[in-house]
Amino acid sequence: MERKHHINWLPMDFDQRHQDTKSYWRTVWRHFLRKRMAVAGLWFTLFLFGVAILAPLLANDRPLLARHRGQWMWPVFSNVETLDSQSWKDLRKGLRFVLQTDIGAPGDFAIWPPVPYSPTEHHLLECWASPNATHWFGTDDSGRDVLSRMIHGARISLSVGFVAVGIALAIGISLGALAGYFGGWIDHVISRAIEILLTIPTFFLIIAIIAFLPPSIYNIMVVIGLTGWTGVARFVRAEFLKLRQLDFIKASRALGASDTRIILVHMLPNAMAPVLVSAVFGIAGAILTESSLSFLGFGVPPPTPSWGDILSQSRDYIEFAWWLTVFPGVAIFMSITAYNLVGEGLRDAMDPKLFR
Amino acid sequence: MKVYLVKRLLQIIPTLLGITLVTFMIIQLAPGNPAFLKLRMAGEGQVGETAISKQIIEQTRQLYGLDKPLPIQYLLWVKRVLTFDFGTSYKDHRKVIEKIAERLPVTLQLNIISMLLVYLIAIPCGVFSATHSGSASDRLLTLFFFLLYSLPGFWVAVLLIMFLGGGELWDVFPIYGVSSVGSESWPFPARLLDRLWHLVLPVFCLTYGSLAYLSRLTRASLLEVIREDYVRTARAKGLSERIVIFKHAFRNALLPIVTLLAFLLPAMFGGSVIIESIFSIPGMGQLAFEAVLSRDYPVIMAITTISALLTLAGLLLGDILYAALDPRIKLE
Repeated sequence: MERKHHINWLPMDFDQRHQDTKSYWRTVWRHFLRKRMAVAGLWFTLFLFGVAILAPLLANDRPLLARHRGQWMWPVFSNVETLDSQSWKDLRKGLRFVLQTDIGAPGDFAIWPPVPYSPTEHHLLECWASPNATHWFGTDDSGRDVLSRMIHGARISLSVGFVAVGIALAIGISLGALAGYFGGWIDHVISRAIEILLTIPTFFLIIAIIAFLPPSIYNIMVVIGLTGWTGVARFVRAEFLKLRQLDFIKASRALGASDTRIILVHMLPNAMAPVLVSAVFGIAGAILTESSLSFLGFGVPPPTPSWGDILSQSRDYIEFAWWLTVFPGVAIFMSITAYNLVGEGLRDAMDPKLFR
Repeated sequence: MKVYLVKRLLQIIPTLLGITLVTFMIIQLAPGNPAFLKLRMAGEGQVGETAISKQIIEQTRQLYGLDKPLPIQYLLWVKRVLTFDFGTSYKDHRKVIEKIAERLPVTLQLNIISMLLVYLIAIPCGVFSATHSGSASDRLLTLFFFLLYSLPGFWVAVLLIMFLGGGELWDVFPIYGVSSVGSESWPFPARLLDRLWHLVLPVFCLTYGSLAYLSRLTRASLLEVIREDYVRTARAKGLSERIVIFKHAFRNALLPIVTLLAFLLPAMFGGSVIIESIFSIPGMGQLAFEAVLSRDYPVIMAITTISALLTLAGLLLGDILYAALDPRIKLE
């Protein structure tokens, strides 16, 4: 019942047919699925999610599963550093997936992750190895496996993207809603605040603040979020200004609904469409900002792996170490493109003209 | 129109105060501030140990009057901003405002050239895409600009250095500074050519992103206008397609494009910070980057404030242009 109520009053030119049979979001989803590029972008973002979540299982210097003297072990999850005084790293012979049976006693075996190197382990004898059978994406200046660092770097990118955008959404939605709903001096104050943030060059503001704070990934998330809410606030404000003129809002006010109830229950769900779109674009922007910060050396503190950090090394070895430039760059480019594709697909799918 | 202008100019005052407030809050993060020191101590336990950082803390405390009560501190800061007195740089003890005046021309050159290129290339491309909407060339152009838009600027810069600046492949363009060594004694045409040759790569890096964005915006804006009834009317009365597009449709599609000018400025400045430091261009961006690296607070504060003021001027200009172009604004 509740849902249908909103749908009836959507501020878009709704066709009677759609109202009767399909919900708004289902229609949007159907339009979205027609865009092949956007769907491809969505698949890629899901792939990145998978990589980020499974990173410790995909790239690790310990076996996923091992059997030793009749005992099962999950070295990835447990803190078992060694096996009979031999460390896992000594046992590793560049094997992946396959069963390694020549460790310890007969009957023992180990299964290694696809990338049997941790993102932080360095081998000073293997610096700047170009891509080869052991190190698929080569190694960096302290002999760390680039692919492993990239797999774990996906975690940094995505978590910065999502947390920063989450903070930006929380601020943007609340301030935008307040400004659009109450109008008057509240609107004036919030609109000025938005204008002020628009005038200060965001990227420089971010580095200026980051430079004053102790280096940590949480500071980066918070600062990107605190400086990135203006777009969302403007969209929500504009939607609310439109919505509050509509009859169903007047009706619920006449019925005695409180401001909180009108904002949260009646208006906000109807203003979510543009918010969702700008959130998706925001993730792309936050990933770009984080990688730019890491590239300039203001990013996550070492030895935490990050795509921008690998790229920042590439500047010093540009004459020969092309793999340090190409792979992380492609990863950043593809994830930004994927989020932009999804954002654009969503925006087009929500375009009221399609509903005519 | 006059009423609108006055109203708009009055709106600047709270924004100006807001800008000083935000920059004031950044000062509060600076060392010498007790709360910040506590945070730092808890986090790392490094700051405040060496003689140099003690000196910086003392200087910062004096410069911004950090030992005075907060409201007084803020008023002092506003006074400084209004008189453009940003103190002297910690690094070389020169007046901050002089250092900035020295660096500004190069950054302006970079940004003006790339802004011109953006508008000169993006608008024709956008118009072409919109008038040939749905054709193969439109789709190709749209895809191309979409990909261009998502390319991270610093990566493009590194790739360009790698392929064109003496990295892995060719050595065509200089990648360091804005002029060749010893070019001061060259005749003017040679110097100009040398300067332009140095600017090719950085200008490209600053341009392509905004170019892609603006071209996509032009296309979308024109497509929207082309669907309007008055465009259909213009066609129906037998006007040539050229006149329909450029005289009737394009003028109205131009509105969002003009106002974008103001928003491109701060974005370009942010880009300048990265691009100038990659190509070692002695402009505002590089100054900003160096200031942040060496914790040169007076310079950081001055650059943040001044670039915000410049952007505010840009925003104002955009709004006035909008009002001048769109008669509907005057009615309000």
